[in-house]
Amino acid sequence: MSVTVFIPTPLRPYSAQQSSVKVNAQTVGEALADLVSQHPDLRKHLFSEDGKLRSFVNVYLNDEDIRFLAKDSTPVKETDTITIVPSVAGGM
Amino acid sequence: MTLRIQKDLLEELRQHGEETYPYECCGVMVGEFHQAEDKIVKSVIRCDNTRTDSPQNRYHISPVELIRIQRESGLAGQDIVGFYHSHPDHPAQWSSTDLAEAHWTGCSYVITSVEKGKAVLTNSFLLQGAEETKHFEHEAIES
Repeated sequence: MSVTVFIPTPLRPYSAQQSSVKVNAQTVGEALADLVSQHPDLRKHLFSEDGKLRSFVNVYLNDEDIRFLAKDSTPVKETDTITIVPSVAGGM
Repeated sequence: MTLRIQKDLLEELRQHGEETYPYECCGVMVGEFHQAEDKIVKSVIRCDNTRTDSPQNRYHISPVELIRIQRESGLAGQDIVGFYHSHPDHPAQWSSTDLAEAHWTGCSYVITSVEKGKAVLTNSFLLQGAEETKHFEHEAIES
């Protein structure tokens, strides 16, 4: 089914400047796989060399962190949105 | 490289740092990207500092807040253009922690030094490069 993935500002140079991308998927993992197959330049910005999501990349299904759902295996529905959000933090 | 922000919005984020002193404040700047690397800030959105374990020298913005802001700014035809935080009793310069935990390339990271509860200096730094080559460059603030 078709699901929308929202792309944050810093990753848009790698998604042809699109702020959202339609993907075909049954799970969050499939959605991300379809996303990087459509926009291969995104891969290294989302995943480390071992294929895992980079630690600072948060992926949310609607308003839920997929780490607290079933991670990549989390099922998606047609009305769902997936949002990629790099973390914002720091300090002195 | 210039961050354009109206005086009242600049004052708003500086005041936020005074209000949370001696803890760090944090928030998001929403606006528009204009040619090259110039940005115009249209609004400043206060966020909670979720680093309640060490708020005097760390900040973190909840991704849920970021998603909400990203969604609402997109509906208004705008974007997240940067972030701000304060350095209580510390210079308005980025730290190694600031760089290590900065991941929004192309966005501005604004830092205000707050000395004894009073906002002093505000600087803006543009995050450039990819994750492995990222670095901050000082950028002008025009208000």
